[in-house]
This record gives sequence, C-alpha cells and structure tokens, in this order.
Amino acid sequence: MSSTVDTNPRNRTIGGAVVSRLACAAVQPILSRVVRRVAARHPSLFARLGPHQSTDFLIDPIELPFALHLRPDPKALVFRAVPRDAAPKAGAVIRGRFLLLLELMDSEEDGDAAFFSRDLEVAGDTEAVVRLRNALDDVDGSIAEEAAAMFGPPGKAILARLRRAYSET
Amino acid sequence: MSLAELICPAGTPAALRTAVDAGADAVYCGFQDATNARNFPGLNFTPEELAEAVAYAHAKGAKVLLALNTYPPAGKVDLWRQAADTGARLGVDAFIVADMGVADYIARTHPGIRLHLSVQAAASSPEAIRYYCENFGVKRVVLPRILTIPEIRQIRKEIPCEIETFIFGNHGLMVEGRCSLTNYLTGQSTNMDGVCSPASDVEYARHADGSMSSQLAGFTIDCFGAEEKAGYPTICKGRYTAPHRPKGYYAFEEPISLNLSQLLPELIDAGVHAFKIEGRQRSKSYVRGVVTAFRKAVDDIRAGRPANMADLVALTEGQKQTQGAFETKKWR
Ligand code: SF4
Repeated sequence: MSSTVDTNPRNRTIGGAVVSRLACAAVQPILSRVVRRVAARHPSLFARLGPHQSTDFLIDPIELPFALHLRPDPKALVFRAVPRDAAPKAGAVIRGRFLLLLELMDSEEDGDAAFFSRDLEVAGDTEAVVRLRNALDDVDGSIAEEAAAMFGPPGKAILARLRRAYSET
Repeated sequence: MSLAELICPAGTPAALRTAVDAGADAVYCGFQDATNARNFPGLNFTPEELAEAVAYAHAKGAKVLLALNTYPPAGKVDLWRQAADTGARLGVDAFIVADMGVADYIARTHPGIRLHLSVQAAASSPEAIRYYCENFGVKRVVLPRILTIPEIRQIRKEIPCEIETFIFGNHGLMVEGRCSLTNYLTGQSTNMDGVCSPASDVEYARHADGSMSSQLAGFTIDCFGAEEKAGYPTICKGRYTAPHRPKGYYAFEEPISLNLSQLLPELIDAGVHAFKIEGRQRSKSYVRGVVTAFRKAVDDIRAGRPANMADLVALTEGQKQTQGAFETKKWR
C-alpha cells in the first residue's frame, strides 16, 4: 500500500525535514485539544465508525509540510501531525488539498464529487474511508468552525483568512 | 397538473434534516441492514434515529418513506417483517418494496400504510404494474429508467396508481440492480444483501504516471488516466479490454449520471406524480445542492415560470450527464 509515500518534494530535503518536524511540534497541542473536544461533542460519530475505530488513517493535505495521523478510538484517541517521511503505516489514506479536506469534513463539499474530479484520492481500506465519511457527514454544523471557536476571535480570524487565501488561489 | 412531489435521499439523520430544510416533499431512507439497497458501512438509520427523523419531517410537513427494497433470501423473511413492523410503529408514511412476499406481509399486517413499488421490482409494463396494484394495493410505482416519455404517458393511462420517476443521480440500470456480476465477484448480492461493490472489496491504486486503477475483489475494473474523471467502482461502469478492444471500453455503461432537469415540464405533463433524486450514499452537501435546485425548478414550473436549473454537473458521476432512455431509446 502506498500510505507512507512522501508526495511532497519539499520534505525530501534536509531543510524540508526540519521544517516539517518544527511544524508538527507547533500544531500538535492544537490538534490534541480539537480532537478531544470534537469527540466529546459528537459521541455518535463513533457508532458509525464501527470496527474502524481502531483503524489508523493518514490524512494528507498535499500542500502542508506534514500529514495527520488519526486513530478514532474513543478510548485512546490519536490525532497528531506527522512528518511524511516518518508517517506510520496507515490502514487508509485520504489525500487532497487542505481546504478541500476541511470542506469535506464539514460536508460543504461532496466526497463522491471530489473523488470523481480526482481532487480527492483514497488508498488502503476503502470501507474505513467510507465509514469515516459517513460518520462526519452525520455531524450537524461545522467542525472547523467549532475548532476555530475554541481559540476565540484569533481562531476564527485564522480560519476566515485561510478560507479567503484558498478561495483566491 | 400532477402533484410533482420531490422525493429526496437521506443516508443519515443529518442528511434527512438537510433534505427537509431544502424543500423535500418526502425523504426516503433505510435501516442499517440488508433490508434496503444502500446497505453501506456507516450509513442509514437506527430505529431510534428514524423515530426522531419522522418527528422532524412531520413537524415540517414532509413525509418519510422507508426503503425495504431488497429481496429476502428464501425462508429468511423475519428481518424484513421486523423492519416493516418497526417502520409502522415509528409512523413512516410509506414503504418502498420490491419483493412480493414483503409487499403481501405489509398489505395484510399494516394495511393503513401506503405501499410504493421500488424500481428494483423492474415493473415496466401496465400489466406488471396492475398486478402489484390489484394484489397488494400498491399506490405508486417507481418506474425503471428504460422508458421514454411517450411510453410513460401511455402507461399512466393504463394503470390505477401514481408514477414516480428518477430525475437525477446514479444511472446503474442493468435491469435495475439485478446485476449478478457484482455477486459473482464479491459473493454479495445487490438484491439480497443490499450492496453492490461493497467498500470492503474496493481498492484504489495510484500509479507513477498519475493514473489510478480501481479494483473490485482483486479484479481491475477501470484505470483512469491522470487527467481523466473517475466513476463509481461498479462492474456495470467498468472499462474492459477485449481482444478486439485492446485499449479498453465501457462494455455495459459509461460512468455518467442521469439529469432530467430539462425534461421536468414534459414529465409533469405526462402525468408523473413524483420525482426521485438518487443518492442515499451521497453527502449532505450533495443533498443540499440537488434538492435546492430541483425544489426551485418544480416550484417555477408549477407557477408557470420557466425553470432555471442550477448547473449540477459537478455532482455527477464522471462529471457527465445524460437524459438516458427518457429522451431516446437510442441511448444504450
Ligand atoms: S453493477 Fe451496476 S447494475 Fe449491477 S448492481 Fe451494481 S450498480 Fe447495479
């Protein structure tokens, strides 16, 4: 399976590897808080994941200097930033632009349409991906907004700026 | 003029609320088991969720139709009967059925609840449709997607029940879900297990040249070039090589979606009572976009205004759309 393939040429240089590790360290505390909060607010997510609560997902925003490792086990949640060259062997991989992944998480974009257009790539255990998609789709409201709101006005401003920046590209 | 009800899909409670809020007249959904033809992982409703969904829909004036549209294997009817009993207890407005045994059970046990004949029953002649009406009290038939509008108009005159047709979505109609090729490859049946191309049997692989192949149960069924749009990993949409077609070709159907938005006025005029949007496996985003667009179009037509459909091609499979057999029988 191609889960740990390093798709970002920047990461293959020593400088890229250093940047990637620094970025991971910087975002990790935020990710931990966000995932705990989302799990607490949306416990029904886990039922739809069924046996794939213990699957390791690698979520790969192609233009960021790191990937995300998710294991949605309610008893031992894992959501961490990982340098691509040190990513764990994942059961399923979901790859695309960062904003697209964010929009898919919030069901602002349709996953099948993104797959048809080839903007979204999946590999590994397709059932795990389908379950994660359906679980997230049953969440009302925006997980991204919720996560941003945890960090007050600066969080919301960063999300808004991010969306603007992407919509202009 | 017919009622022109809009029948919308929901794979999750959130999708059902989205459909109702976007203007669905009725929403169809299923339980998390083999009793419906979208028995996909992580999709569908528990009885508790359905109870809440029915309350939500009814409070907003929308109906809930429960899909019990698969065929019980011989002698194993209990699951379907229990699902019907649960649906009746929760107050669903109609059952969508394909199997005569299931239809008979509901007609006898829950005679006050409407029966709709699923597209899975593939009833396409007045004789077949009348048989279901006379024997099980079917109130509406969902027509297979193999008929032209003049044919629908003629059928309408010869049957005692309402007509529902698909207007948008997946176009997989090798005799409407009776495909046994998927069963052959995966050991699971669309008709009895409710799942075509089970996700656990699907695998995608990206190749160094940017192309992507899709496999079902270890068999490669398509390979999309780096710039090519993709489709669902179903056998009927597979591209196969043969000695006389070494480059590969769509032996059965192309990855393409049905979109009848332009034919809506004609369909209403032909006496179609209800329009069905396919896609219980799709996201809330799809439901919101498609239901909103068709709600507006139907309302415009009812009010005598020209319907201005939003461009829905981005939501179509392979990003291609067709009017299929509704426009011409030349469509294969
Ligand atoms: S392969 Fe196509 S026609 Fe056959 S069951 Fe699946 S979607 Fe339907």
